Amino acid sequence: MVGVGIESDLLHWIPLLPLLVATYHGISIGVLRRPTPPRMAAVLSCAAVLFSFVLACIAFRDLLELPADSRVLVDDVYTWIGAGIGSSALSAEVSFRLDPLSAVMVLIVTFVGSMIHIYSIGYMEDDQRDDKGIQRFFCYLNLFTFSMLVLVLSDNLVLMFLGWEGVGLCSYLLIGFWYSDSWNAYCGSKAFIVNRIGDCGFLIGILLLFGALSEIGHPAISFAGIEEHLEGIVEMTVAVPAWMPFGPEWRLVNVIALCFFLGACGKSAQIPLHVWLPDAMAGPTPVSALIHAATMVTAGVYMVCRLSFLYAAAPEISAVVAWTGAITALVAATIAITQNDIKKVLAYSTMSQLGYMFLAAGCGGYTAAIFHLGTHAFFKALLFLGAGAVILAMHHEQDLQKMGGLWHRLRMTRWVFFAGAYAIVGFPPFSGFFSKDEILIAVWTSNVPGHIWLYGIGMATAGITAFYMVRLWVLTFMGECRAASDVRNHIEDPNGLVLNPLWVLAFFSAVAGIVGLPQVWGDIIGIEESNSLANFLQPVLAAGEPHPIEHSLELWMALWAVAIALAGAGLAWLLYNRKPGVPGWLATQLPGFYRTLLNKYYVDELYDVVIVRPLVAVSDRVLFRIVDARLIDGIGVNGTARGIRAVAANGLKYAQSGLTQSYVFFMIVGAVAVVGYLLR
Amino acid sequence: MGEFDQYLLTIITFFPLVTALGLMGTSILASWLGAEGLPAALWKPIALASTILTFLLSLRLFAVFDPLETGFQLVEHVPWIPEYGIHYFVGVDGISLLMVLLTTFLMPVVLLASWNDVSKSLRTYLSFMLSLETGMLGAFVSLNLFQFYVFWEAMLVPMYFIIGIWGGPRRIYAAVKFFLFTMVGSLLMLLAMLVLYYLSFDQTGVLNFDLVAPPGGVAGGLLQTVVPLDGTWWQTQTWLFVAFALAFAIKVPMVPLHTWLPDAHVEAPTAGSVVLAGVLLKMGIYGFLRFAIPLFPSAAVDFTPLIMVLSVIGIIYGSLVAMVQSDIKRLVAYSSIAHLGFVTLGIFALNVHGLNGGVLQMVNHGLSTGALFLLVGMLYERRHTRQITDFGGIARPMPVFAACFGIVTMSSIGLPMLNGFVGEFLILIGVYLAAPIFAIIATFGVVLSAAYMLWMFRRVVFGPVENPENRGLIDLGLREKIVMMAMVIPIIWIGVYPNPLLRRIEPSVIELIRQLETRGRVVGADLEVAPEPGFDSEPGFEPEPGFESESAILDEGEERL
Repeated sequence: MVGVGIESDLLHWIPLLPLLVATYHGISIGVLRRPTPPRMAAVLSCAAVLFSFVLACIAFRDLLELPADSRVLVDDVYTWIGAGIGSSALSAEVSFRLDPLSAVMVLIVTFVGSMIHIYSIGYMEDDQRDDKGIQRFFCYLNLFTFSMLVLVLSDNLVLMFLGWEGVGLCSYLLIGFWYSDSWNAYCGSKAFIVNRIGDCGFLIGILLLFGALSEIGHPAISFAGIEEHLEGIVEMTVAVPAWMPFGPEWRLVNVIALCFFLGACGKSAQIPLHVWLPDAMAGPTPVSALIHAATMVTAGVYMVCRLSFLYAAAPEISAVVAWTGAITALVAATIAITQNDIKKVLAYSTMSQLGYMFLAAGCGGYTAAIFHLGTHAFFKALLFLGAGAVILAMHHEQDLQKMGGLWHRLRMTRWVFFAGAYAIVGFPPFSGFFSKDEILIAVWTSNVPGHIWLYGIGMATAGITAFYMVRLWVLTFMGECRAASDVRNHIEDPNGLVLNPLWVLAFFSAVAGIVGLPQVWGDIIGIEESNSLANFLQPVLAAGEPHPIEHSLELWMALWAVAIALAGAGLAWLLYNRKPGVPGWLATQLPGFYRTLLNKYYVDELYDVVIVRPLVAVSDRVLFRIVDARLIDGIGVNGTARGIRAVAANGLKYAQSGLTQSYVFFMIVGAVAVVGYLLR
Repeated sequence: MGEFDQYLLTIITFFPLVTALGLMGTSILASWLGAEGLPAALWKPIALASTILTFLLSLRLFAVFDPLETGFQLVEHVPWIPEYGIHYFVGVDGISLLMVLLTTFLMPVVLLASWNDVSKSLRTYLSFMLSLETGMLGAFVSLNLFQFYVFWEAMLVPMYFIIGIWGGPRRIYAAVKFFLFTMVGSLLMLLAMLVLYYLSFDQTGVLNFDLVAPPGGVAGGLLQTVVPLDGTWWQTQTWLFVAFALAFAIKVPMVPLHTWLPDAHVEAPTAGSVVLAGVLLKMGIYGFLRFAIPLFPSAAVDFTPLIMVLSVIGIIYGSLVAMVQSDIKRLVAYSSIAHLGFVTLGIFALNVHGLNGGVLQMVNHGLSTGALFLLVGMLYERRHTRQITDFGGIARPMPVFAACFGIVTMSSIGLPMLNGFVGEFLILIGVYLAAPIFAIIATFGVVLSAAYMLWMFRRVVFGPVENPENRGLIDLGLREKIVMMAMVIPIIWIGVYPNPLLRRIEPSVIELIRQLETRGRVVGADLEVAPEPGFDSEPGFEPEPGFESESAILDEGEERL
């Protein structure tokens, strides 16, 4: 990572603007109880995010003017938590850092964010479920944007953690936005708690890192500082009991990297902490697009890339990252095949694509991961917003089995949706093709153990992705309309406020691949340094040590990927469009397999039985009812009281007998004893 | 420093008591003279005005307090029973400054919140609340051990009556339990105090209860007493520490001495709960910081593992038990045990971060748990129930309440940007540097706290309004809004900008660590906050004048014993 950087006062305004508007909304709703008119509130929020985008562009331009290897802008605002002195001094600054990596993220967040904000005006317009719902919605949305921007712009781990938990909070609030339904509220809490498990890992990671760095006398928590002093702790080990796997000594960097990866798993819905994301679809659709597809869930990928120097020093954990990503990609894709809720399909697809990004990052292809993060932000936001448009048109119907035949009814929506689907399937020349290709090549050329297998999983996932996307497409747009007749006659394209952002996103889904055009293609067209994204990011990301790869093989690999996507797409087309009876027949033939997929491999049920129920049972029956009530209170406290009373009743009461002669007797005994003691 | 500031601490401490005496006195006077007493309508405003004034005075205290100085400030030393070394001796350092502020801040809020709560013998209630405030403040500013003990015990009486008279159905049981628990600890402490007193007399020839040497005084304070301790574990210092620690641990309370707390909280009226959680529990931790640790440094270090284990058990145990409560107030009470486990864990890390975080977390816990009790009280006032299952969908009829409840809940589970995080994070850092495994276990408490708080919050606030009685609930009125604003603003402020508080805590904390290092027998390497090369040159860290002679006394004392 590059050194000190140039001061720029601009940076803190990028997150501050949305925060100010969110605060304004909060005060006007809660304190003044005189809410701004819904339209004005919405416009204000959009303006804040758009303006942040403009500022981000200006900052980006400033960044580009710097020489390529020292592109850093910093903005120190104030010391947030400062304590201690000397080698354990902790100084968590509110300090922002714009380098190529965060610049890419900020641009994505503010740009996709503003599109989704604008879309939300149209989408939430008919939401009459709650009074002041619109203001509350935009308040949360802006708060989210603020947190996300802090997350990506922060220059140290503690501030990043602030953004990290902040986006979790907003996710919680927005999933449960329609709180009158208990299910939504339940999903919100579930998301927060599962995320907290990951956050716990993040926090322990910070502790370990800070502890180790202060041991060598450099208590740094800023990314630049950590990278600078990482060498000093690379050799450290942690002693663990010998029976632990890989004991008796673990490399400290590995433990740290694993802890941070646990955090990433929580936020980016990777196995085993993925259970919250599908349920998060209970929130309004723009929220699913913004938080649970384009931005927040990618925070884990961003974190791994931000700490790429750490993961480069911990190759074993990089392999864990890659394998976790690959397995998640495959598992989620298989689940997506059987889901019937349009948003659930997209949710599992998101999980799967995030797995792809982790696969790349774990294989050292950090630029590929970020590239796919960007293209995915465009096409998945587009798909979610398109799905939202479909849901609006279908009068809040999300079941694929009740859709169909929308091709002739939604004449605008179909095109934007098609662009998104085409991009995610990975057909050239749309963006998804290039980013997926780059990931697969990164996997192929990496040194991760079993990378050929990983490549195979990646290819298989690409095929399944094409399959479920075409299934989704066919069930939504092709065939006969299966909606109820009263709905069927009123299916129309949504209004311009909803559609226009979709066109913009569709455009970028199509062309965004150009920024990361692999050199192979550049050579063919005759562009030098065609992969401008990779070249731009290269100074801030750890470089992997890939095997060299022949250009011809690279082209062949692209061809294979397209072929397998075509195969998956063709199969789905065949099964769902040509022979619609076959999928049902297959499901009855393989009931166990089908039900396992439909029930998401029963992971929720497993967690419930293995963790939640025992914990509650132990807490209630053992800790509360036995330890607290019987042991401490029953035996300890009341037992003492009873004991004293018993002593008083059985022994002491005889002492107070009322017989003067016995009192005199005991007095004399006592006096003799005292005198005896004094004369001893 | 002006003439006025010289007596500031005394004025702050006794102003509420004077008001209470005034309230009671005028009525007695009036009934003697056969005149009309103070009209009842004025009692509450007078009490409130008095607490607000006290708070404003303590803001003045905050302003004149010099954060760079390590020792006690605004010291007053007046002979009381000088023959026995009993003096009226008050002063504040950063730690007690914050405790004073917390107390004086919570009192007007509490009085305002319980404005309509109490109708039964209102004047007596107000007098008890006001004298309770004096009791707490007096204990926080005392630098004379005897005086501290007087205030410590004096606090008990009004609290006992507040629970016992204005409490819920099982109030007598709860009040007696509270009283007996605390009493047992206090008596042990009293005994230990006397032993310490005579030890110090043996060593200096002066009868003295002062903790530190008073300004211009000849005698050193109790802090310079050498409490014998050699190899074997059952030594004077050990059992003196145990006696003090028991008294304080009961007050905190630490598991397994905690069972009085849920009962007391559930039965106490809202105001009682808030003061109990907000201030009274801090008294135990404050006792550790001010007395148990600096007086018996070696024993404190010896007991560190045990106390840390108990703290971690408290965090996990309190959280798990909180998870299965059906009464909101009992849930908050158990969450308190978990939070205070964090605090004691941080304190006994005995390094800058742990102590800093622990002291800050005392304030944070007072704010967030206090606010939770206030909110529960507001619900109770409306529905006369605290069962979670009786609620649901409260956000619909009471949106402002729900918003406040949300913010306070988040503060309680330690969300960054709100106060709880700062304290917890510093504690975790400190504990990690001292004893890594405890920090890692404690981190799981963070997950558990989210689980039980959000579970409760969801069941109370979200969902459909199923119970028809909840449909007509009225949202917070102006008075309640002011109360909640008063709590939420510092919650956010400390979360965003905690440094003004940390800056005042840190010098006192460093002074405490210095005490441990210079007077403790062995201080483990991991407990050490290494005085860096630049340490001495930092302003305010110069050793005190009595420093040299202290080590001389140390040697002398060791010879004799």
